[in-house]
Order: sequence, then structure tokens, then C-alpha cells
Amino acid sequence: MNEPVVTVQNLTRRFGEFTAVDHINFEVKQGEIVGYLGPNGSGKTTTIRMLLGLLLPTEGRATVLGYDIAQQSEAIRLRVGYMSQKFAIYDDLTTLENLTFYAGVYGITDKERIKHTLNLVGLNQHYHTLTKSFSTGWRQRLSLAIALVHEPKLLFLDEPTSGVDPTARRAFWDLIYSLAENGVTILVTTHYMDEAEYCGRVGVMRDGKLLALDTPTNLKQKVIAGDVWEVYVSPLEQGLEALNQMDGVERVGLAGDHLRVISLGIDEKAIENLLNAKNIQARRIERGEATLEDVFLSLAR
Amino acid sequence: MNETLVQANGLKKYFDDVHAVDDVNLNIRAGEIYGLVGSDGAGKTTTMRMLVGAILPTAGEINVCGYDVLKQVESARSQIGYLSQRFSLYEDLTVLENIRFFAEIRGLSSAEWLPRSLEILEFVGLEKFKDRRAGQLSGGMKQKLGLASALVTRPRLLLLDEPTTGVDPVTRQDFWQLVIKLVSQPATSEGVSVIISTPYMDEASRCHLVGFMKAGKIIAEDTPSNLRQRLNDRILELRGEPLRELKNIALQSEEVEEVSPFGDKLHLRVKAGASQQVIARLQKQIEARNAKINSLRVVPPSLEDIFILLTEFNHE
Repeated sequence: MNEPVVTVQNLTRRFGEFTAVDHINFEVKQGEIVGYLGPNGSGKTTTIRMLLGLLLPTEGRATVLGYDIAQQSEAIRLRVGYMSQKFAIYDDLTTLENLTFYAGVYGITDKERIKHTLNLVGLNQHYHTLTKSFSTGWRQRLSLAIALVHEPKLLFLDEPTSGVDPTARRAFWDLIYSLAENGVTILVTTHYMDEAEYCGRVGVMRDGKLLALDTPTNLKQKVIAGDVWEVYVSPLEQGLEALNQMDGVERVGLAGDHLRVISLGIDEKAIENLLNAKNIQARRIERGEATLEDVFLSLAR
Repeated sequence: MNETLVQANGLKKYFDDVHAVDDVNLNIRAGEIYGLVGSDGAGKTTTMRMLVGAILPTAGEINVCGYDVLKQVESARSQIGYLSQRFSLYEDLTVLENIRFFAEIRGLSSAEWLPRSLEILEFVGLEKFKDRRAGQLSGGMKQKLGLASALVTRPRLLLLDEPTTGVDPVTRQDFWQLVIKLVSQPATSEGVSVIISTPYMDEASRCHLVGFMKAGKIIAEDTPSNLRQRLNDRILELRGEPLRELKNIALQSEEVEEVSPFGDKLHLRVKAGASQQVIARLQKQIEARNAKINSLRVVPPSLEDIFILLTEFNHE
């Protein structure tokens, strides 16, 4: 499992004066699940479009499954799958008819193979169901089947589980994990931390640059060097203001009924003392866990 | 105790044989942010549409800010701001003209709307862009303009239906800071409540009170910390390799109820009181099998763990 499936060297794309992707470098190995996070306009989509061979780089090079993105984009597109919720699923067709239609685009007419793909995503009971009756979770499974029917070695997923609850999301990711165990490499772009937490490595982009690419655990440890506290104070606004001016406080945010504080080199006693000195009552201070959202906000600001 | 701003009893909405909302009860006080949390199709939007009087319930009673929504819908609506999933802005009008439009259709006089609009634009951070056409705004700024338009009548109840769908995390963070400020520092002396719907647990964790929705019902309702308390000391995080082998070993333990892979780690849900015992035993078993542990520790449960616990016996 050590073959690099994607290699990217100094990949750059300019549109006129604007540099959408700015000298990025990374590798993805076979069977990895890599997530991409970034604000709108950070260069995620431009990167993916180049990897799919839909857009030529201005500078740098990249290979996907051993093929050069600039010279061999046809070969790449035959071997990769792409899933987006913006895909049309035909509501007045059944599951099997929808997939048969999309398989035809790849020249696949083997009924058994089409059914096998539906079984793989857990739709074996629903061959003849009209898709208009499907929940979002089931539609996502059908979209995955559409992306998988030509047995790609590399799969691009664009916010694959937006709009579903954790139970449906986990069921979907169980499918993704079993694909990865069978050697399929997976790249995911998302805005949602709930999804990013499922990835083996996560890259963060801003202004066309890849700021970090590492496991969620390493990102949290490296980027959030300090401690995270959940501080329950009233009044909330005064607490926010006081902590914002405190030495050793890296970031304070409103978190509903409390404040979320990231500090460096100060303990909970110091936080409590400061609040008391300003006549702000600290009801409770608990140690929190760094999240990928903390990482993202630290890197992307 | 703060005044109750939303009271709904036995709320139902049936579309033919689909029970979109099925016996929902709500009691939301001034100063609270209430999160309706669930999948698309769980009944969140239908609930909101009944609260604003846009559709009639099949059964049940709704009271908003002291008005019966079924009988006094105009009075109730005068207290409500609503940002729907597909809110529309007039792209050819400027930011200020958009707000003026919403203010005037809500009956605000010209003496009232201008100072108030400017105040709201400052609150959402759009004062510098007041003369820009709405069509020229970024996605995040459009979101803020939508919020400003919903706030121009100084509503006491603000309904936000998945306001951050498709919005990046930086913009989402800004948006949430505004919503929290709105309830912690209301514009008038009267308190404000917000109901927000979302399928995301990172958003749910910022609400004061969360109602988990599934198939038209609220299956659990509590504060995020009380909800998490239900699995306190029962979630272990295991990092090491190979993860697949670690998963198999963990699944053999009788005290382990569930193993979920999460990127570079596993989360184990263990029986109450068994965490230390499981940690000690797993360490030995994993070493004996030549697999490697990088860390094994009790972690605070997430709302996601709770949601799965509550729904695992009734999968789709």
C-alpha cells in the first residue's frame, strides 16, 4: 500500500493577475482518505479540477494514478470517480434505472455489475424503488454508486454527507472505509468538521496555499499548542472582553452559553483570578478538547 | 426565570400519510438559542413554518410572544424574524435598499427604518458596504445581509433555517458570534430567542438547548452539556496501528458496546463503569498481538456519540 496515487509538485494556477493555487506540494498513497478544508475561494476546487485534468496548470506538475494531468487527462478520467450532491438523480426513475443510465455513459451495460455496485452501497433492497421517495442519506448512497460503477481507483467526494444526521453519516463512512481497505484512494472536500474528522489526513488551504496536511490528531497537537478551556461566566460579553485582553489568551469565542478559550502558559486558576478581579463570576471552568475547527480558525484567519 | 417566548403543544403536521411533524412540544425562553438538530426530512423546516404561521398544523397549539399563532397570526408575525433556507435578496438593489424593502413591507415608517438599518448593518459588519449591490457581495456577506433583513423589525423571536449551509467555517464562526451576541445583548430591554436548525453537531454544541429530531419527533432535548453527561466516562479514544486489527481486538471485549473508526483513531463506547478495566485489558491484549497503541484514554463524549446512542435501535 505504498504506491503514491497522487503526486503534486509546485502545482500553480493563475487566472490573469490572480493566483488561485500557489505552488502546492503533496503526495497521497493508495488507500488513504485525505480531506481538504478551506474557505470559499481558497483554491480547493481549482486544485481538484487540475487533478481531474479539466484545467491545465500554469506551473508545476502532478500525476494521478501514474498519469500526467496535463498530457493524459483522458486516462485519468476513465479511472477516477466523482461524487457531488449537485448531480442529477432522476426522480421518476428507479434506483436501478438511474444507475443503468449513468453506467451507460461509461459504456457499461453488464446488469450484474450494476447490481453489484448497488449491493456495495447497501441499496440491494431498493432496485425498483423510485428515487423521489428517498431520504437524503439514501440519495447519497445512490450518488456514491454512480461514482463507483466503473470501479475507479481514486474517488473524489464533494461534501458527501451534508444534510444528514450522525447515524446516516457514520453508515456512509463505513462504506468509504471498506472501499479504502480494498485499495481505493479517497479525496474529500468539505466545509464541515463533522466530515473532516473522518479523514485519515486533512489539508488546510488558504489563498491558494496548502498551509498544513497531517492527521487530525497531529494537526490539533501542532497547531493548537496551548490548552482549551470551556469557561462558563456571566455576563458573557464582559467575560469575553476581559479574556480577550489577558496575556496568554490566544483566542476567545462565544460558544452559546459559555466561552471557548485557547490559552498558552496559563492555567484555569489564572483565568478565574482575572475574572474575579473584574467582578465577573466564573461558574465553572472545564478543560476542553481541541477540534479541527480550532485548527482551521487558527490557520485560516 | 425568563419569560417564555415560544410554547408549542402537541404540534403535528401530516402530509397524506407522511407524518412530517409528529407530536412536538417546545418551551423556549427569552435569552435562549434553541437548536433543532437532525437530518434533512426530520421535520425541522416544517416545524419552523408552522411557528411563523406559514402552514397550518394538523393538530396542536402554538403561542409565540403571547400570541396564539393560529388565531392572531399577524400579531405573532410582528414579533418574528425568519431567515429561510432559500432567502432571496434583490441583487440589483444595494445593501441598504434591500433592508429598506424588508422594513417597508413590514410597515416601518421612514423615520424608523434608516437609523435602525444603519445600526443593524454595523452590528453585522456591513456598514462599509451599504451602497454595494447585493449581487456583488460574497456568500458570507449575503448571509449577513439576510440576517440583517430579518432583524430590521427588532423581532423577539428569530428563526434561522440551516443558515450556514454551504458557508465556510470562518464565515460560519462569524455568523454564530453575531447570533450569540444578539441573545446575550438584545437591542431592547426585552429578551430575544433564536431557533436554529442544523444537521451539524459542531453547530448544535453552540446552542443553549438542543432538540434532536428524527422522523418528525423530538427524541431528546437538553443542554449540550447535560446530553454529553449521558455518556460521561464511557467513550475511549484509541490511537495506534494497524487500526483494523485494533478494531477487531476491541470488538472482542464484552464491555465494548460499539467501535467507530474516525480518521486516524477509533472511538470505543464502553459499558458504564468499565472504562478503566477496558483500558487495562486492551493494553495487554494489543501488546500480545503485536499491534501498537499510541494512546488510549477516556475522552469527553461528543454530541455525535449521543445522537448515535439515541438512534441506533431504529436505523432507517
